[in-house]
Amino acid sequence: MLSKVFATIAVVITGGILLYGVSDFPGFGDPHSPANAGVPGQASISQYFITESYGDTKVPNIVTSVLADYRGYDTMFETVVIFAAGMAIFAILRVVGDDSERKPRRKQESSFTNGDHSRIIIGTTCRLLVPVIQLFALYVIAHGHHSPGGGFQGGVILAASFIIIALAENLNSALKRLSETNYLKIACIGILIYAGFGVMCQVLESDFLDYGVLQPILMTDGPEMARSHSMLGVEIGVAFTVTAIMFAIYANLSSRGLLRDGL
Amino acid sequence: MIFAFDIVILVFLVIAAIISLSVKDLLSASMIFGIYGFLICLLWAEMGAVDVAFTEASVGAGISAVLLVATVYNTKRKSSD
Amino acid sequence: MSEFVETVLRPHFNFWVYVILMMIGLWALIAKNNLIKKLIGLSIFQTAIILFYVSMGVKENANIPILDHHGHEEHVVAHAEDGHAGAHDKKAHVEKSDHATGSHGESHPDATSPDPDTMANPLPHVLMLTAIVVGVATLGVALSIVQMIFREYGSLEEDEILEQVKAGNSDG
Repeated sequence: MLSKVFATIAVVITGGILLYGVSDFPGFGDPHSPANAGVPGQASISQYFITESYGDTKVPNIVTSVLADYRGYDTMFETVVIFAAGMAIFAILRVVGDDSERKPRRKQESSFTNGDHSRIIIGTTCRLLVPVIQLFALYVIAHGHHSPGGGFQGGVILAASFIIIALAENLNSALKRLSETNYLKIACIGILIYAGFGVMCQVLESDFLDYGVLQPILMTDGPEMARSHSMLGVEIGVAFTVTAIMFAIYANLSSRGLLRDGL
Repeated sequence: MIFAFDIVILVFLVIAAIISLSVKDLLSASMIFGIYGFLICLLWAEMGAVDVAFTEASVGAGISAVLLVATVYNTKRKSSD
Repeated sequence: MSEFVETVLRPHFNFWVYVILMMIGLWALIAKNNLIKKLIGLSIFQTAIILFYVSMGVKENANIPILDHHGHEEHVVAHAEDGHAGAHDKKAHVEKSDHATGSHGESHPDATSPDPDTMANPLPHVLMLTAIVVGVATLGVALSIVQMIFREYGSLEEDEILEQVKAGNSDG
């Protein structure tokens, strides 16, 4: 009870100060607010992105070009954060080998798997649905330059297709398709692809992740197209890591780190 | 940006947030949190942030609700508050 | 009424809701007893921050930040010509293509430099896109810690866990 009183006081004070601050904000949707147009006398970086990014990278989706090129270093370490989160879950939850000391399961038989008829319907539907979802995920990864999408979204959708297999049948049949050693390898390969693009630029005597110098290797006409193609490679690396880690998180959470007979 | 749409989604957003925190069944709370994710995805799309909307639709509404359900399945469904 | 909508509600309503969602999330973090409820509160707090950032980047009557690249074919043709002309000498080819893109910005202003006011600010979108994915990864870590706590103490309620922790301390 005391904690609720304390929480209410703290929240009301914080919210009151923030609401007071809101009255000084620039209007919602104002194209000339400092965040959108910069302060007078200084050019705004977001205006630069809008006007120049197509000339620099030949990627129509500005968000993708900023994500993978201008802020590529940031995105690389966001991917590393996801990888680290997956490793943290592996360290916290994963139980390798014998689990006889552990408490018995609360429920022996899952209520979701009772009744064979519903399982047949759900299993068949998912078996038909999963290839479509995976194709769509690959499209999202590959077409992130021209439409909304990219490595993060496509990777999550690809992981969702494996999670659907795990939900519709059971975790073992999903792990048969993407086993633990494989997803750990894929997660590492994803980051290595991303960092590899950066190191390759350094080998060609430029800065880390400065994709323009990859033009002779990628055989494109002009450094802009080299940037565009390198972004695709980088997005594929992100998608590898995100797919593997999202599925790893689900598999560990749903089976308490045992990686069998989960949800 | 359509202002009426904006207001409606924001009001529903606050309602969904309050309900998902006040319901006693944790499975219901997870599912209502999924609804919250879809509403906020609609909000991003309405504000012109299509990439963020796409991410939220796959991550916020899909994966995070599933992760919460998986944890509720492995722990307890009842909550005291 | 319409004056109130135009002058007070319209410029600040999004920011009010961001503060309200943040208050809801913060209250849940402090006052809720159940650990999963706390995590849902944390996620709501996070989306409130994202709402704040994305609201900052909205422009009235603006388009989504994806360019309409109708000048694409001309660019391809121009580059193909460049490649043909500079095929004999690699160095000359690079210089030439650099020069070609420099002049392109002037010859096709509609394709290469759109008016910034007609397009939503892409920078907050980029920042928040990665924040959402990292957010769900950290939610996964938090949920795994919750499962370990449940395995250890058999409860998700904060007060019961604290009692057990205190009892364990007095025993030891």
